[in-house]
Amino acid sequence: MSLAAEQTNNAAHEAHVRFENVQKSYDGEILVVKDLNLDIPAGEFLTMLGPSGSGKTTSLMMLAGFEPATHGEIYLGGQSINNVPPNKRGIGMVFQNYALFPHMSVAENLAFPLKVRKMGRAEIEEKVNRALAMVELPDMGGRRPAQLSGGQQQRVAVARALVFDPELILMDEPLGALDKQLREQMQYEIKHIHENLGVTVVYVTHDQAEALTMSDRIAVFEDGVIQQLSTPDDLYERPQNSFVAQFIGENNKLHGKVSKKSNGVCTVDLDGGGTVTADAINVGAAGDRTTLSLRPERVEIEPEQGSVPNILSGEIKELIYLGDHIRTRMSVAGNDEFIVKVPNNAGNIPLEEGATVRVGWMSEDCRALDPLAP
Amino acid sequence: MTDATLSAPPQVTSTTPLIAADGVPLKQKLARTTRRMKMRALFLTLPLVLFLIVSFVLPIGQMLYRSVHNPTGSNVMPNFAVQIENWDGQGLPSDDIIETFVKDMAAARKNREVGKTIGNLATRVNYEIPGSRSLFTKTARRADKITEGPYMAALIEIDKKWDNPNLWLTLQRVTKDFTISFYLAATDRKFDEAGSIVRADELYRIYLPILWKTIWLSALITALCFIIAYPVSYLLSTLPLRTSNLLMILVLLPFWTSLLVRTSAWIAMLQTEGIINNVFVYLGFIDDNQRIQMIYNMTGTVIAMVHILLPFMILPLFSVMKTIPPSYMRAARSMGASGTYSFRKVYFPQTVPGIAAGTLLVFILAIGYYITPALVGGNDGLLISNLIADHIKKTLNWSLGAALGTILLVVVLIFYWLYNKLVGVDNLKFG
Ligand SMILES: Nc1ncnc2c1ncn2[C@@H]1O[C@H](COP(=O)(O)OP(=O)(O)OP(=O)(O)O)[C@@H](O)[C@H]1O
Ligand SMILES: [Mg+2]
Repeated sequence: MSLAAEQTNNAAHEAHVRFENVQKSYDGEILVVKDLNLDIPAGEFLTMLGPSGSGKTTSLMMLAGFEPATHGEIYLGGQSINNVPPNKRGIGMVFQNYALFPHMSVAENLAFPLKVRKMGRAEIEEKVNRALAMVELPDMGGRRPAQLSGGQQQRVAVARALVFDPELILMDEPLGALDKQLREQMQYEIKHIHENLGVTVVYVTHDQAEALTMSDRIAVFEDGVIQQLSTPDDLYERPQNSFVAQFIGENNKLHGKVSKKSNGVCTVDLDGGGTVTADAINVGAAGDRTTLSLRPERVEIEPEQGSVPNILSGEIKELIYLGDHIRTRMSVAGNDEFIVKVPNNAGNIPLEEGATVRVGWMSEDCRALDPLAP
Repeated sequence: MTDATLSAPPQVTSTTPLIAADGVPLKQKLARTTRRMKMRALFLTLPLVLFLIVSFVLPIGQMLYRSVHNPTGSNVMPNFAVQIENWDGQGLPSDDIIETFVKDMAAARKNREVGKTIGNLATRVNYEIPGSRSLFTKTARRADKITEGPYMAALIEIDKKWDNPNLWLTLQRVTKDFTISFYLAATDRKFDEAGSIVRADELYRIYLPILWKTIWLSALITALCFIIAYPVSYLLSTLPLRTSNLLMILVLLPFWTSLLVRTSAWIAMLQTEGIINNVFVYLGFIDDNQRIQMIYNMTGTVIAMVHILLPFMILPLFSVMKTIPPSYMRAARSMGASGTYSFRKVYFPQTVPGIAAGTLLVFILAIGYYITPALVGGNDGLLISNLIADHIKKTLNWSLGAALGTILLVVVLIFYWLYNKLVGVDNLKFG
C-alpha cells in the first residue's frame, strides 16, 4: 500500500463521515455537486449553508442513501457506504416537512424505528418515553401529528430521529417552516441535544444566522462546490473569497487593481479613486484586479489623524437610526451602497445627510479577494 | 396586553335587546341578512334540487311503488274485485260473486283500453299460475252467452278448471292492488296452491343465482381493477408531471370514446375469429380448431368491464398517492425499515382512502352495469340489470322489473352501509 493511500485510509478512519471526490448529476449534463471533499469528525455539528439550488440537499441525500453518487466515495465510520441501502446505514433524519406518519400516533411514530429493530415492548415503551421527555413533550404520545403545533411536530421529528440512538443525524432545513421566535428557540434546543448526546450532526440551512449560532463548522456551498469550510467566526471574519464575504453577514465591496503586493499585504488603486492597503488573501500579482471586502462595523467615521492607514472621504446618503447604532449609507470611492455602522456613543459627532466626512479603517480589517464584476 | 383592554365588556341583560344603529333590534337585523343569504343559497341550488327530484327521487319512488302496486285485476274486473275481497276462501265462492265475475268478464272483453283488457288480466294471472292464459281468453269469449245462473255450473261447463278453489284463491289475491308476489318472484319464491310462500320450481329459480353472480362478479371486477390500477397509479404519481399527464391521457382515453365503440372493439379482439385468437393460433399456442371462447360469456363480461371501469379506480388512487410526499418512505427507510416493510406500514395505509373510494365506485358501477354484459355477456355473462331491462322492455312485466330493481338498490345500500362500518365514508377520498 502506498503512503498516500495509507494516509487516505487513516483519514477515513478518523472522520465519522467522509466525502471523497463526490460528484452528482441528475441528468447527465449538469454536475449538481462538482467535487465534494469533506471530512466530518465524530461529534461535530456541521452545517451546509448556501443559496437555493447549490446542492446541499443533494449532498445530504447521497449521504443518507436516497441518491446514488455519480462518482466518488462516501465513507461512514471508515467504511464505504456507496452500496449500502439507506435502511442499513443507521442514520437518523429530520425532514423539512417532518415526514411524521399521519396515520400513526406520536408514540407509534417514535416506536417505528424500534419495532423495525425488533425490540421488546417494554424497551420500546421506555425509549419512547425517554425521547418524548427529552423534547419536552411527555404527554403527547397518544396524539396524532395533525393535532400538534408546528413546533411540537418538529420536536417529535427530532425525537424520532434520535430514538434509535443513531450516531449520525441529518437535518434538512428542519426549522424552515417555523416562525422566527420558535425557530430561535428550537435552534437552541437542537444545539443542546447535540451537546448532551455527542452525536454527529449534518445540518442543512440557507439561513446564515442559524448556521452561525448552531455550528461547530460551516461548509458554504455555491454551485455544487464548497467555497469555504471553517468555524463561524472564521467565516465571518476571515472569508476566503468574495462569494463567502458577500454571503455571510453584511459586506462592503470596493473594486480596484493591485499595484503592489508583499508580505501578505497589498496596495490597491480603487476604481473610484484613492489608494488603500489591504490583507492580500486571494489576489494575483500586481496588476491584477481585486475586490476588497470590509465589514461595516470596522469602518470609523472621522478617525483621528494617523490612527488608521486607510482614509477616504465619503458623502452621507442616508441615516437610519437603529437604537444601538446608526446605519449610515454612504457613497465611498464610487460605491453608493457603502454601509457604516456608527455605534451610538456619547461623544459622537452629529451626522447629517448630504455631508461629506472622512472614513477610515485598518488594513487588516480589509481583505483583498478575488475580483467580482463591478 | 394591558389591563385596560381586559376590562369587562359593558353589561348586557337579556331583557334589553341590543339595538343596531338604525334602531332595529340586532337579532332581527341579523336574521334578515342571513335570511337573504339562505334564500340566495336555496335559489342557486334550486335547479339541481328540481333536477334531482325529477330525475332521481320521483323515478325511484315510482319504482318502489310499482314493485308492490299492480292494479291490473281491479282495473279489468272492478266489481268482482270488490266482492271477492270479502270471500272467506272456503270452497268455491257464492254464485253472486261468480255472477259479477261473469258480467265483469263480458264487459272487459269489449274494453279496448290499455291495461284493462282480458289479455292484461290473463297475463297477470299467468305470472301466478303458468299456463292459465288460454282459460281466460276462452272463457271471456263465451261470457256474454251466460245469461242466467247457476253461473258456476256454466263456467265449469266452459272449462273444468273453474271447479278448483285454488284458482279462486289466486284470483282473490290478483285482484288486490297491493301485492308482494313480485318480490316473491324476484327472489325465486311463489305462493303455492294454498296461498303460502314456497320456493319456486327448480327450473324457475333464476333471479337469486343471477343476483349472487352479479355480486361476486362485481367483486371480482373490483378486485381485478384494484390489482391493475394500484401499480399504475403509483407509477403515475411518482413520474414527473409532464410524463404523468401524458400517461393519464392514455388512462382517460376510454372515457372519450363511446361505450358502444369500446365494447365493440372488445368483440373484435376477443371473438373466436378475433385478433387475440388469431395471434395465439399464429404463434402456435393453440390449434386452429381449438380457438378459445373469450366473449359472449362471463370471461368477456369481466374483461370488458374491467377495462371500462379501470379509470374509476385509477383516478381516486392517483389523486391520493399524489398527495403522499416521497419523504414519508424515505423517513421510514432512514429508520431502518426495508422497502417492503415501509410500503406496508407507511405507504399503503395512507392510500386506503383512495382504495376505499375506488373500490366503492367500481363495485357500485359494476353491480348495476347493463350495456357491456348485454353486448358481450352471451348467456352466462348476463347480470341482474340485463334481466331488469328484459322485464321493462320485452316481457313488459314492469312490476317484476321494479321489484328486481328495488332489490338491487337494497343490496347496494347494504354494501354501502357495510362499507361505512368498515372504512368510514368520511374516510373516502375521490379526488
Ligand atoms: N430529483 C432531481 N432531479 C433533477 N434535478 C434535481 C433533483 N433534485 C435537485 N435537482 C437539481 O439539483 C440542484 C441542486 O438541488 P438541491 O436540492 O441539492 O439544492 P439545495 O441546495 O438543497 O437548495 P434549497 O436550498 O433550495 O433546498 C438544483 O439545480 C436542482 O434543480
Ligand atoms: Mg434543499
